Amino acid sequence: MTPTKTGFFGRLNWDAFPIAGLIQNPNTNEIVANTAAAVVIFGVVVVVGLLSWFRLWTPLWRDWLTSVDHKKIGIMYIVFAIVMLARGVLEGVVMRAQQASGPGDGFLEAEHFAELFSTHGTIMVFFVAVPFVFGVANYIVPLMIGARDVAFPRLNQISLGLTVSAGMMLMVSLVVGEFSTGGWTAYPPYTGAAFNPGVGPDYWIWAIVVSGIGTSLTGINFAVTIYKLRAPGMTFMRLPMYCWTIICSSILIVFAMPPLGVAALMLAADRYLDFHFFTNDLGGNMMNYANLFWLFGHPEVYLLVLPAYGIYSEVFATFSAKRLYGYNSLVIATMSIAVLSFTVWLHHFFTMGQSALINAVFGIATMLIAIPTGVKVYDWMATLWRGRIRFSVPMLYGLSFLILFAIGGLSGVILANPTVDYQVHNTLFLVAHFHNALLPGVLFGLLAAYNYWFPKAFGFRLNEFWGRVSVFCWTGGFLLTFMPLYFVGLLGMPRRSFSYSDPSFHPFMIVAIIGAIVITCGLFSVLIQLWVSIRDRAQTRVPVGDPWDGRTLEWSIPSPPPAYNFAIIPKVTDRDEFTAQKAKGTAYPTPDAYEDIELPRNTGIGFVLCVLSGIWMFALVWWIWWLAAIMTVLMILAVIIWTFDDSTELTIPAEEVRRDYEAWLALVHSEAAVDRDFETSPENRGLARPDLEVAT
Amino acid sequence: MKRAPTHSYPGINLGEHHASAHKATEVVTFGFWVFLMSDLVYFGLMFAIYITMIDAQAGGPGPHELFDLKSVFAQTLILLTSSLTVGLAMLALKYNLPRGRIVLWFGVTLVLGLSFLVLEVRDFMAMAEKGGIPQRSGFLSAFFGLVPMHGLHVATGCLWLIVLGIQLRVKGMTDVVISRVVRLALFWHFLDLIWIGIITIVYFGGLTYG
Repeated sequence: MTPTKTGFFGRLNWDAFPIAGLIQNPNTNEIVANTAAAVVIFGVVVVVGLLSWFRLWTPLWRDWLTSVDHKKIGIMYIVFAIVMLARGVLEGVVMRAQQASGPGDGFLEAEHFAELFSTHGTIMVFFVAVPFVFGVANYIVPLMIGARDVAFPRLNQISLGLTVSAGMMLMVSLVVGEFSTGGWTAYPPYTGAAFNPGVGPDYWIWAIVVSGIGTSLTGINFAVTIYKLRAPGMTFMRLPMYCWTIICSSILIVFAMPPLGVAALMLAADRYLDFHFFTNDLGGNMMNYANLFWLFGHPEVYLLVLPAYGIYSEVFATFSAKRLYGYNSLVIATMSIAVLSFTVWLHHFFTMGQSALINAVFGIATMLIAIPTGVKVYDWMATLWRGRIRFSVPMLYGLSFLILFAIGGLSGVILANPTVDYQVHNTLFLVAHFHNALLPGVLFGLLAAYNYWFPKAFGFRLNEFWGRVSVFCWTGGFLLTFMPLYFVGLLGMPRRSFSYSDPSFHPFMIVAIIGAIVITCGLFSVLIQLWVSIRDRAQTRVPVGDPWDGRTLEWSIPSPPPAYNFAIIPKVTDRDEFTAQKAKGTAYPTPDAYEDIELPRNTGIGFVLCVLSGIWMFALVWWIWWLAAIMTVLMILAVIIWTFDDSTELTIPAEEVRRDYEAWLALVHSEAAVDRDFETSPENRGLARPDLEVAT
Repeated sequence: MKRAPTHSYPGINLGEHHASAHKATEVVTFGFWVFLMSDLVYFGLMFAIYITMIDAQAGGPGPHELFDLKSVFAQTLILLTSSLTVGLAMLALKYNLPRGRIVLWFGVTLVLGLSFLVLEVRDFMAMAEKGGIPQRSGFLSAFFGLVPMHGLHVATGCLWLIVLGIQLRVKGMTDVVISRVVRLALFWHFLDLIWIGIITIVYFGGLTYG
């Protein structure tokens, strides 16, 4: 079959559904594949059923899907990321189970195992880490800089729509056809049409292209937001550390997403139009792909981890009741990492034929990144030093990170040496290294952020006990799963292998599966924590909005914040503005006058583009050309029609702002301020008695 | 609202005492610059790919057989002139000339943009007749990955000109429409910039080194 000779439904037919495989050939492999497909379908049915039963479709559409409020978009990003995280973790467990079943072929077929590590990587990077990072950024950044929304609220909704529709393609690939077997990096020529004529790589390509566009738009949005919408008086050196990391992350996106888009589109041209960018014949050159991909891929690692550094900076300062130590050096270190991240991409393929000199240059550049990272670690430790430390959940995640990330970073320095890399590349040592960087680095940071800012978003604190359980499960599970992989990696066990014959690997694999189970417990304790917290929310409400004696502007407003965030835009005089206000006694001011506030009006454009782009991707994957053409035209039309809409703003009258704000001020003045000793007790209603001696 | 000739942002005429509109336009224009920077990275990478693949002709036709510099010269003149006409539309905006003047220059720009596209497509067809199709070699893939991508940008610009022309007629000179005119002008100059890169690197570079 060729792309030009296909039927009405392209190459889509009965055999594309996993149930067909089960009927023809019932075995464990097919049962696992069908269970996964069934879970997706079951999940959709349950969600649709619940929404219909509780008559939630209208509120869902009115309050969420059409909302352009950065806070709601942030929450939707995070919900999406957690759903995808659940799938990613379970895939990891299945892979560990396959290898723990001992030498031999296990219970999965090689193709299926390859699909698992491809979707696991693709999901965890593009559909867990990225949306989680930018979900948190969406919620927090405008609040931290004293803005009423992001620079481009409607564009923000479109970004979300594109990210979600691309993520849905990965879910669809479980039910219709199969996903790529080429890993998250999808190297050609293996993923080219000659070796892989099926739909798998096409699912990968379009999911990456569409989510990449969404992420690029997000990056532009946040760069502009922080450059242009800071409150009066907030100079760059008064910007909270977290916002600095988001600005660096946004710059990385603006420069690093294009290489990924170019690489994926050129791969698409090879596969669909018979071009020769990366083929083996007629002048194609796959090294161009490797260079393009990692020109994106390495900055990508830092655009994920820098925001986590920012989160830890806020958490360490708040829960040590101290000013962040070495702010200037942290800013310089963050910027240095952002710049250096573009100079090291070649270390991902030391063994692919460059000269020793080039390898040495990139190896040294890679080791240089350890310097600013080391500066950060020392700054955080100095922030903790002689602070009045509270071991709250975000802090525990932070401390776990400090220790584990040092190990992960040092194993990175080992790998940066090309001579060592020749020995351990493509082994589980590498897998252990990057999980060691990404779990404690990115995921723990995001979970810390989730625990830290949850009360801001929903007005009540998360359950401490289950939070601690999740910290211990994630930390312990991480150690049990990935420390053994360092050892088997050094023993020479290749990564991505569905079978092995050396029995000495087996005990390590047993430990790793136990760890994977503990990690699953960590995931479930996060969900239980949410459930318990919602159930007991009457005891943990913090309507005043400052449960942790916070230091930055987001804590100076009610929890949850009103749609317009700030009734009066603050005038910033200090880096830790809210702490400074509390010290001077100027927190919770009564303004002389209130103003009308203009907010962007709801729009459905993001949702429309989400649906249309989803169908467009599906049509392209399955060569249903007429449908793809219709969707292309519809997407262009939707955007053009949308630009004719003039009533984009909504005005909230000053009177309403005054009423809400004064009601909240009355609440502030009626509550008793609590000491840090009672931080986790029901007395903590969000009004902090600041610990000023150390705090300023 | 009075429209005065001098303003904080070059080329924008939003009136003297209109701080919020100025602020909004500044934010959007800055955002568009950032977008263009990202787009520039796309083209930069495509140029890099082209340079690495100049020799990957795999026995197929190369630059000397395929490139028609006369046509490229004509396209260059057309596109550079269209940049001038967009500039004249911006001046009409800045000096508060009647709305019709902006629409007129937009119309001229559109005609020039479309003529450029016609010439470009004729070039591609002539190349295909000589066997210069993207399926033939890595070199040709790189050429057809880059030059039509620029053409697609020009086509997008043409569509934008049409839509914005309609909006100028229907909505009049609102702040939002003016800010879009500014961004379209930026985009159009950006297309010219890329084209300068294309004649230098793709055509001259190809003929020199290919």
